[in-house]
Amino acid sequence: MSAPILKVRDLKRDYVISGGMFGKSKLLHAVKGVSFDVERGSTLAVVGESGCGKSTLARMLTMIDPPTAGTIEIDGEGIDIAAHGVTREMRQAVQIVFQNPYGSLNPRQKIGAVLEEPLLLNTSMSAAERRDAALAMLEKVGLPPEHYGRYPHMFSGGQRQRVAIARAIMLRPKLLVLDEPVSALDLSVQAQILNLLRDLQDEFELTYVFISHDLSVVRYIADEVMVMYFGEAVEHGTRDQVFSDPQHDYTKTLFAATPRADVESIKKRLAAKPAA
Amino acid sequence: MALLEIRNLRVEFDTAAGPFRALDGVDYTVEGGEVLAIVGESGSGKSVAMLAVMGLLPESATVSADLMAFEGIDLRTMPAAERRKVIGKDIAMIFQEPIASLNPCFTIGFQLDEVLKAHTSLSRKARKDRVIELLESVGIPDPLRRVSAFPHQMSGGQCQRVMIAIATACEPKLLIADEPTTALDVTIQKQILDLLTDMQRDTGMGLIMITHDMGVVAETADRVVVQYKGKQMETADVLTLFENPSHPYTKALLSALPENATGDRLPTVADYEAMMQADVREVQP
Amino acid sequence: MNNPDRSAVVLAESRNATRKMLAEFWFYFSQNRGAVAGLFVFIVLVIVALAAPLVAPHDPDVQYRDFFLTPPVWQEGGNSMFLLGTDAVGRDMLSRLIFGARFSLFIGLVVVGIALTGGIVIGVVAGYFRGWVDTVIMRVMDVILAFPSLLLALVLVAVLGPGLMNAMIAIAIVLQPHFVRLTRAAVLTERTRDYVVAARLAGAGNTRLMFKTILPNCLAPLIVQGTLSFSNAILDAAALGFLGMGAQPPTPEWGTMLAEAREFILRAWWVVTFPGLAILITVLAINLVGDGLRDALDPKLKRS
Repeated sequence: MSAPILKVRDLKRDYVISGGMFGKSKLLHAVKGVSFDVERGSTLAVVGESGCGKSTLARMLTMIDPPTAGTIEIDGEGIDIAAHGVTREMRQAVQIVFQNPYGSLNPRQKIGAVLEEPLLLNTSMSAAERRDAALAMLEKVGLPPEHYGRYPHMFSGGQRQRVAIARAIMLRPKLLVLDEPVSALDLSVQAQILNLLRDLQDEFELTYVFISHDLSVVRYIADEVMVMYFGEAVEHGTRDQVFSDPQHDYTKTLFAATPRADVESIKKRLAAKPAA
Repeated sequence: MALLEIRNLRVEFDTAAGPFRALDGVDYTVEGGEVLAIVGESGSGKSVAMLAVMGLLPESATVSADLMAFEGIDLRTMPAAERRKVIGKDIAMIFQEPIASLNPCFTIGFQLDEVLKAHTSLSRKARKDRVIELLESVGIPDPLRRVSAFPHQMSGGQCQRVMIAIATACEPKLLIADEPTTALDVTIQKQILDLLTDMQRDTGMGLIMITHDMGVVAETADRVVVQYKGKQMETADVLTLFENPSHPYTKALLSALPENATGDRLPTVADYEAMMQADVREVQP
Repeated sequence: MNNPDRSAVVLAESRNATRKMLAEFWFYFSQNRGAVAGLFVFIVLVIVALAAPLVAPHDPDVQYRDFFLTPPVWQEGGNSMFLLGTDAVGRDMLSRLIFGARFSLFIGLVVVGIALTGGIVIGVVAGYFRGWVDTVIMRVMDVILAFPSLLLALVLVAVLGPGLMNAMIAIAIVLQPHFVRLTRAAVLTERTRDYVVAARLAGAGNTRLMFKTILPNCLAPLIVQGTLSFSNAILDAAALGFLGMGAQPPTPEWGTMLAEAREFILRAWWVVTFPGLAILITVLAINLVGDGLRDALDPKLKRS
C-alpha cells in the first residue's frame, strides 16, 4: 500500500444566498468539514441524498470551485486554486464524469473533437497523433471508430456516457470523480457502464471518487463508503463495515428505505398484505 | 369485469425519419384493487401506453387498438366530452416531475379546488373542507397553513404528495403513476410508495405503476408487465417474475441489478449481448 | 494503428454525420410551406439583384425625355418599352426596381452583419462574465432600446450626415441591442451546462469557452433574429430613404424612390405602388424564411 493519492482535511464550503434587495443574505454551509483519504487504485463511494453536499464536494475536488476552508492534497501536492489558479499539471491529475450524459457533451461538437479537445489544449501532439489517440480511446470504451465523426445527439444515453468517460481519461488523470455517472441510465446500460469503469480502473490504475445515491450501485463498485448528511460525513468505513454494520441512524434509515428486489422480501410483503 | 382492458394497442409517431412504432400490439388488464406494474427501460413505450389511454398523446401519434375498455365501456367510441369526464374523475394520473406538474402561479389549495370544481357539485365551503381533508390524507403537515403555499415553496416529495391529493380528489377507480418516485430521494421514495400503496389498499382502486426500477416493482406490484422496445415480453405475478422469470429479457434485466452481482463483474448473458448490440445500433431519429 | 482503410471510414462517417444534420434541418424547414415559398422568392430576388445589368431592360438612371410618367403596359397610354411605366423624369420603373433590389439586399446584409457581429461579441462578454461588466453593458443597451428606433436612427444620421452608408450604420446601431440581449440570454442558459464545465476542466480558456464552446450553441435564435432583422433593416432604410436621410437621389433605392414619387401619389399610382410592393414582398419573403428557420432550429436544440 502506497501513500494515499487523495488527502482531504477538514474541507468546508459555504454559499452566500443573497436575500434580494431588502432581505438579509444567508450563509449556507454546504460542506461542513470533511476529511478522508483515498488509496491509489481504489474506489471511495460518497453516498447521500440531494442537498447533502456531495456534488459540492465533487466540484471542489475537481477544482471547479475553491473550498472555503481546509486542504486538498493530490499525490502529495496541495492544491489551492483560490491562490494560484489551476495549473496544467493539476488539471491533468483530476477529471470528472457528470451525471447527465445529455448535458455534458457539446451538441455542436463531433465526438472526435470532444475527445481531442483535452489533448489540443494540454499537449503538443500533432493532429494525426491526437486522432489516433482519440480512436484508440473510443475502442477502449467500447465504441466503434465510425462514431468518431458523429454528433452527440446521434447517440443513446449509454453511448454518450462512454464518450464522457473517454474524454475524462484522455489526459490519463490520477483521480477520476464520477458524479452519479449511472443514475440517468437504464438498468442494462448501467451494468455495462459499471463494468466498463471496472475495466478502466484496472487498465489505467485509476482512483475513483464515486458519488451516488444508489446503494446497490455503491455496494457493487466501492471499496470504501462515506455517507454524507447535511454537509457532514456521518459514516465512513470499508464497504463491508458500512453495509453489514451501519453505525449512524441516517445510514440505517437509508438502508431501510432502499427498495429490495429479492424474492424473500417480496414474499414477506405479500404475506403481510392480507393481514393489513 | 376488468377495470381497464386493452387489447392489441399500437401507437405510431410521425418523425423526420418516417413513422416510428412506439407500441406494437400490447395488452393490459387491470382489475379493481390491483397493482399492475409496467416495467421497461427508456424506449419501451411504457409511458406511451398510458398516455394513449388518457388521450394525452400529441397529434403526430396514431393510436389503434382492438379494445380499449374502461369498466366495459369502450373509450374509443366514447364521445370526446364523455371521455373527458371519465378521465380526471375515474382515471387519474401522476407524473415523474412533481414540481413541474404543478402550476407555479397558483397556490396548491387553488389547484386542488379547481379539480373539485370541475368534477364535483360541492359547495364552496364543502370544497374548502375537502381540500384540507385531502392534504391531510396525503400526509402534508399543517394543511391549514400549507393550503396557501406555492409549489416552489415545497420540496419535491411534498409536491408529489399534492399531486397525489389532486389525482385522488375525486376518488378515482384507477390511478396511473408514471415514474412517481424517479425524481425523488430514496427516503422520500419510500414514503411516497408507502402512501400510494396504502391509499390503494384503503380505497380499493386500481393502480398502474409505470417504472424502470425493479426495486419499486418488487415493493409495490401484484402483477407485472415487462416491456421492451414497444413489445410486451412477459406478464406474470410479481413473485413468479422474480423467482422464475420466463422471458430471457426479464432474466437479463434481473441479472443486471447490481445487488444480484455474484462475482467481480455484473453478469452479461448472451441475450444481453444482443441487447447491447441493439443499443449500439439504436440511433435517435 | 494508422490504417488508411479505417481513417477513410472515419472520414466518410464524419461527412455522413454532417450531411445527416443538414438533411434533418431541411426536413423541418420544408415542413413549413410558407418558408419554402419565402425562400424561393428570396432566391429569385438574389439572382435578379446579382444579374441586374443583364435582366434590366434599361439603364436605371437614363431619363427618357419623351416618356414622363408613362403608365404600365397594360393600362391605356402604356408603352411596351416600359413594362411597369416610367417615373416623373422618364426613368424605367422596372429597371430601377431591379437595381433597387441590389441596394436593399446590400443594406440588409451589411446592417445585419454589423449588428450581429457587434451584438454577439458584446452579448457573449456580458453573459459570460456577468457582474459589473454585464450591468454596464445591459444598462447602455437599455438606454438605446428606450429610444423609438426610427427616431434614434434619424438622430444618428443627422449627426453622421445623410447617405446610404451612414444610414446603414445608424440602423445597425439601433438593431444591435436586440442581438445583445438575445445572445446574453442564450449564453446565460448555456454557460452553466455541464459541457461548458467539462471544457473548462479540459483546459479551455475564457476566449475558447466563449466563442468556441458556448457560442455555437446559442446561434439558433440569433439566426432567426438575424433574418427578421434583415427585413427590419430594409424597412428602416426605406423609411430613412423616404425621409430623405438615407440613400440620396438618383440612387434607385426603394425607399428613396417612394420619397421621390410622393407628389404623384394621386396622378400616377404606379410610381408609389411598385416600390412599395417590392418592399412588401421582400420583407414578407424574408420573414417567412425566418419563421421556417425557427421551426427547423428550435426543436432541434431542445432535443439535443
